[in-house]
Amino acid sequence: MQEAISIAPQLAASPIAEILWLIPAVPMAAAGLSALLKQSARKTSASLAIGSLSFSLLLSLIAFVHVLGNWMGGITTREVVNLTWIQFGTSNVDLGWVLDPLSAIMLVMVSFVGLLIFIYSIGYMKSDENYTRFFCFMSLFAGAMLGVVIANSLLLLFMCWEIVGLTSYLLIGFWYQKPSAAAAAKKAFLTTRIGDVFFLLGIVWLFAQTGTLLFYNGGSGSIEHAALAGLLSQPAAFGLSAAGAIALLIFAGAAGKSGQFPLHVWLPDAMEGPTPVSALIHAATMVAAGVYLIARVYPLMAAGALAGGTTTALTVVTWVGAFTAVFAALIAVAQNDIKRILAYSTVSQLGYMMAGLGMGGVAVGIFHLITHAFFKALLFLGAGSVIHGCHEEQNVRRMGGLKADMPLTFLTYAIGMLALCGFPLLFSGFWSKDGILEAAQHWSVAKTPFYMLVFGALLTAFYMTRQVAYVFFGHWRGGKPAHESPAVMLAPLGILAFFAITLGFIGTPAWPWFRAFLNGKAAGFDWHVLMERELMTLMGVSALVVFIGIGVAWSLYGDRSPKPTASDSLEKFAPTAWGWLSHKFYVDEFYGMTVIAFYAWWGRVSDWLDRRVWGGIVAGVAWAFSLAARLNRFLDTNVVDGGFDKGCEELTVGGGLLSRVQTGRVQTYLRILALAVVALAALLIWSSKA
Amino acid sequence: MTPLAGYLLVAALLFSIGLAGALTRRNAILVLIGIELMLNAANLNLIAFWRYGPHPESLTGMMFAIFSIAVAAAEAAVGLGLVIQIHRHAKTTDLDAMNRMKG
Amino acid sequence: MSIVFYLLAALTVAGGLAAMLLRNTVHCALALTVAFAGLALLFLNLDAQFAGFAQILVYIGAVAILVVFAILLTRGSETPKDGVFSRSWLAGLAIAAAVFAVLGWAVLQSVRVLPHETAVPVVTVQQIGVALVGRYVLPLEIVAVLLTAALIGAVIVAMHEKEEHK
Repeated sequence: MQEAISIAPQLAASPIAEILWLIPAVPMAAAGLSALLKQSARKTSASLAIGSLSFSLLLSLIAFVHVLGNWMGGITTREVVNLTWIQFGTSNVDLGWVLDPLSAIMLVMVSFVGLLIFIYSIGYMKSDENYTRFFCFMSLFAGAMLGVVIANSLLLLFMCWEIVGLTSYLLIGFWYQKPSAAAAAKKAFLTTRIGDVFFLLGIVWLFAQTGTLLFYNGGSGSIEHAALAGLLSQPAAFGLSAAGAIALLIFAGAAGKSGQFPLHVWLPDAMEGPTPVSALIHAATMVAAGVYLIARVYPLMAAGALAGGTTTALTVVTWVGAFTAVFAALIAVAQNDIKRILAYSTVSQLGYMMAGLGMGGVAVGIFHLITHAFFKALLFLGAGSVIHGCHEEQNVRRMGGLKADMPLTFLTYAIGMLALCGFPLLFSGFWSKDGILEAAQHWSVAKTPFYMLVFGALLTAFYMTRQVAYVFFGHWRGGKPAHESPAVMLAPLGILAFFAITLGFIGTPAWPWFRAFLNGKAAGFDWHVLMERELMTLMGVSALVVFIGIGVAWSLYGDRSPKPTASDSLEKFAPTAWGWLSHKFYVDEFYGMTVIAFYAWWGRVSDWLDRRVWGGIVAGVAWAFSLAARLNRFLDTNVVDGGFDKGCEELTVGGGLLSRVQTGRVQTYLRILALAVVALAALLIWSSKA
Repeated sequence: MTPLAGYLLVAALLFSIGLAGALTRRNAILVLIGIELMLNAANLNLIAFWRYGPHPESLTGMMFAIFSIAVAAAEAAVGLGLVIQIHRHAKTTDLDAMNRMKG
Repeated sequence: MSIVFYLLAALTVAGGLAAMLLRNTVHCALALTVAFAGLALLFLNLDAQFAGFAQILVYIGAVAILVVFAILLTRGSETPKDGVFSRSWLAGLAIAAAVFAVLGWAVLQSVRVLPHETAVPVVTVQQIGVALVGRYVLPLEIVAVLLTAALIGAVIVAMHEKEEHK
């Protein structure tokens, strides 16, 4: 069931809230300093990164404890610090940050998981020559992600969102000399960009309608009651209100970042980046940013919903999430790259989170986000350990029997895998996924998402067992024998494994601490909730599904170890279906034929236009100018110069003619004198006569 | 025709003859001769007007003519001296050949 | 108009014509002398005795001789090869004729206003002398200077140059 939207009053900013901005600022500053270092200053850059993130973790823990303290005292924290950035006329562009249970939990999760991954990277990236650059970018990413989490202003959130996208691009294309890595980075950036365009439209529209970009501003924020009432009353297209339309636009942005269908295509390709990057960015944090965004603007998404009902925006979120969950899980079944299986698994789990948000509310979706962050990071780091141990081999068909060679990795990986599958009772994934399934079961609109999500859980168990069987069981099919990873890599695995188990217990129906904490209610420990018939049935169903999935997969793959070139067991069973799945339902090919082909065509047209039409016009203008210049030259030479020269010539000729008078002979002069005298005399006489 | 008119016509005729000669003859000395004739014609004019003018007793015309004679003499001397010098230089007195001042 | 006048006029004009038309330059000079003489006689006819005798003294006695000297010094007695008249003699003649026409026309136009007969003036040398040093003393002095200058000038102009063109 959906919970009501909390409309807790805003509190005055506490000291920790005042300095909250340090949490993202310090890692970003570390990144800036790192950028100035030479590539040989490895220890310095690693220390800067880890030191700054530890500092952020410390502050995050202080903030969390503060919020926890408030909660235990019965107060729901919402402390906001806002600053005016630009003022033009009567409207402002504001920035600010907010400290509430949601941001506190996210801060702790991001900084903690980030720190563990940083420590892991010291071991994993040891032999890489661009070690310093790696930590610089990772610090920048950490800072930006923390910025997204605490942002109270849509503008600040968008800015940090973009920086996160930038660092994702930089880190996916970290080994930029590989053409596939560079292409993958470009694909990631462009695909998320498409989502971001819609996001930006939503932001602009929201700003235009409400006049503010702040979420919470003592009652006048854009997702507070007054603004929402205004948005609801404003009609947009297709029978939606402005609130619904803006919510859908923002969801488009979240869908891009969180890899929902149809913008999921970049996530599997993003595995070209180093494994710590995949772990941090594409499992735990960046892809979660989309989910977090929906959670943050949840009042907007749920605006206008009647009690127990839902809105169009949330319905769309649910359907997209459910579809993505099943779609990606199906594809994951037929993949052979260890990281790619995990990538599609991430897409699928993000779909679960979105569905959870849509059907169950903020607490349900975010709880799965938190647990997923831990066990997915664990799985990726474990995969990284496996890759490292198998000498950079990534194809699961060429691994096997690593249970004996890499026992600690196997242990932690198994814990992560069981958590992801949702193995009953002990593992966090079970409780968080169950929360979503429960919400789906009680959804007022339709029951189809519930069935889809259950089917997805079956598939999840199936493909994870397949992967574990290929990698850890059977016999070794690779080249050189594998070796275990160093302690600096195994320690984070252990810590994450611990949390993968224990985190589940803060969100069980018996003790719904997580939900209570987020909503500011009290949480009581009540065994009897678990005994409720409906809940027991649900838990039984999900447990059954997990067992079936594991069982079927084990029977097909367990201890078999087929040769790398042989066809998969499932492939023998249903070859066409297998073909579709292993080719990812040909979505990339479809895009290539339609969107990309269109853009290539458009690029060619633009180029033709530029060269022929505009270039032609420019050339024409230049030709006209040169013609004018030639005409000018012609005029100048012939008319002006020529005229002048002719004039001078005539003058010379005239002078020559006139100079003939100067014969040099005296008699001529005399004659002329006499003639003049005659003329004058005649004139005088004639005039005197008259 | 009054006597004055007669004298004046004679003077005019002489003047024209002198002018014609000065304008047409090639020898420099003959040009000077022509000029002398013209001067003399002018003298005749002066005397004629003195004789048949209103106040002959003031001797204006006569004085004018006498001075004219004196000046003409001086001019003839200098002019002929020049002609002699030119002849020494150009070995000829042919005026047609002397066009060094030709423009 | 007395016959004497016509005779004297004819003589003078003839002399002038001859002076201008003759081929031999010396003959021209001599014809000029005749013209001078005729003019002197015309002066005498006009009762300007002093002028007449001055004419004889100066013109015939000095100028004509001077002209002859100049002719002889410049080998003017030699007749030039291609004629004594310049190539464009007609233009000169035409101009001279035009001058005569204008003058003649002026004279004939103003015949009526000219007096017919007047009394014969009596001019004594003493009167001329008195006039020269009285009324016309300035022109006298100027003419004296002029004559001095002409004298010196003529000498300098006609002087042999001192072997400068070696």
